[in-house]
Amino acid sequence: MAALDPRSGGAPIRIRVDRKIFPAIGAREAQLVLSDVKFEVQPHSFLVLTGPSGCGKSTLLNIIAGLDSDFQGAIDLGAGKDRMTYIFQSPRLLPWRTVYENIALALPDGDPRVKNIPEMLARVGLTDAATAYPERLSLGMQRRASLARGFILEPDILLMDEPFVSLDDPTAQSLRRLLIELCERHPTTVIFVTHDRAEAVQLATRILRLAPGKASVVQDANVQLTTAQRLDRGLVLAEQSRIFAAA
Amino acid sequence: MAPVSTPTFFTRKQASVTNGWGASAERLGWLIASLLSFVLLWQLVASYADDVRRFPTPAIVLETVSQLAASGALWANISTTLVRVILAFFFAMVIGSVIGILLGKFPRVDRFFDPWLVLFLNLPAIVTITLCFIWGGLTQAAAVTAVALNKIPSAAVTLREGTRALSRDLNEMAEVYKFGWWKTLRHVTIPQLAPYFASAARTGLALIWKIVLVVEAFGGNGKGVGYQIFIAFQEFDVSIILAYALAFILIVQVIEFTVLQPLIERVNKWRR
Repeated sequence: MAALDPRSGGAPIRIRVDRKIFPAIGAREAQLVLSDVKFEVQPHSFLVLTGPSGCGKSTLLNIIAGLDSDFQGAIDLGAGKDRMTYIFQSPRLLPWRTVYENIALALPDGDPRVKNIPEMLARVGLTDAATAYPERLSLGMQRRASLARGFILEPDILLMDEPFVSLDDPTAQSLRRLLIELCERHPTTVIFVTHDRAEAVQLATRILRLAPGKASVVQDANVQLTTAQRLDRGLVLAEQSRIFAAA
Repeated sequence: MAPVSTPTFFTRKQASVTNGWGASAERLGWLIASLLSFVLLWQLVASYADDVRRFPTPAIVLETVSQLAASGALWANISTTLVRVILAFFFAMVIGSVIGILLGKFPRVDRFFDPWLVLFLNLPAIVTITLCFIWGGLTQAAAVTAVALNKIPSAAVTLREGTRALSRDLNEMAEVYKFGWWKTLRHVTIPQLAPYFASAARTGLALIWKIVLVVEAFGGNGKGVGYQIFIAFQEFDVSIILAYALAFILIVQVIEFTVLQPLIERVNKWRR
């Protein structure tokens, strides 16, 4: 797990959302989604935002990514803002481009990192699928391609919105391992959204829990597990019940 | 709102890909059998009618085709008409697409101009043609405009539909990965619009080459297939009418199979 690296010395990411409202549409009333959400994310930490669906966690992630600017507050991504990557809930690959082309398109034109693509494909186990079109692949393979696309940029900040949802358990587990491995190779600050508490505990160094009624952070907990311990299902479960005992 | 035909050529293309050589030989067999029985039926009715001028046999029409070809009239008139088809097609596709994309992109503009679009969609072809010749004189420009105006509204409607269906997910992806406008246009937007464009092009060609003959007959300036058919009508010479019709059908089919179909297959090769 990407542990806090004292040498990095970078400024933390500062997030402040005073108010985020979904405006009224037709018969539906305006809805307060987030209010007084304020926290910092230390460099190279793995922050998980969790909570039931509808608690505003994906909305918060879109705000952090800059995709949603209709809110009151301020986001300071610090030095990492130019090296940010977002891995979406659905893979969002271009169906008319091959796996290789999809990954290459994430890089600016003429970027030398294009030579790292074969190695990245090998790492996610897609070497044989490099020339395939995404719709011919399984969802798990598409997810891996989407991870490869995100990681080829060697991001300093990585935002992930339930990237492993609706996969069978072994596939999800192997992708989580891959994520841990990729984060260790290139230290990254991760903000990861999931409603799955076991997944949250397994991956996070810190967990923020949001609640739908409150529209805000209701719990802030550190996860006390080493990288090796995270692979032990029993230990993850024990830590999960410790953290969410009050919830 | 007029109904919009969703692009339907995907299934057709898949069939041609999955079938092997044997299957295409079989299809060719069916095609030949089908056309032969049509000619046979024509021959039967013609010999029953027994009036060479008003209902010529296939052999007479074929002879007329070769006479027209030998005199050079066939190709001269067909090329004149084809130039009009190509010009009208080009302008209709470009203008219709631009209008459609703008309407699809900006809902307010769409709300304002939608009634105009409905108006033009329902404007009878003969009205646009008449007005174009009254206002523009019997000129090439007026003829091409008249033809194009008949296609622009439906091209706009198709492309508007395509623009509305553009994936917001993929646009966000392009934004996050800093594609910029050119990369987004080339790799994200155009591939999504391609099937709508192809659909508009195919129905456009089918419509335009029919309308163009009416335009030529109506405002003929001595050249063009439509004008020749108009003259033949006045002389009751059915064999000339059918000769031009046959030659024209052949040319349009060649364009369909050598230009449009390969283009559509190329655009769709990524589909499952």
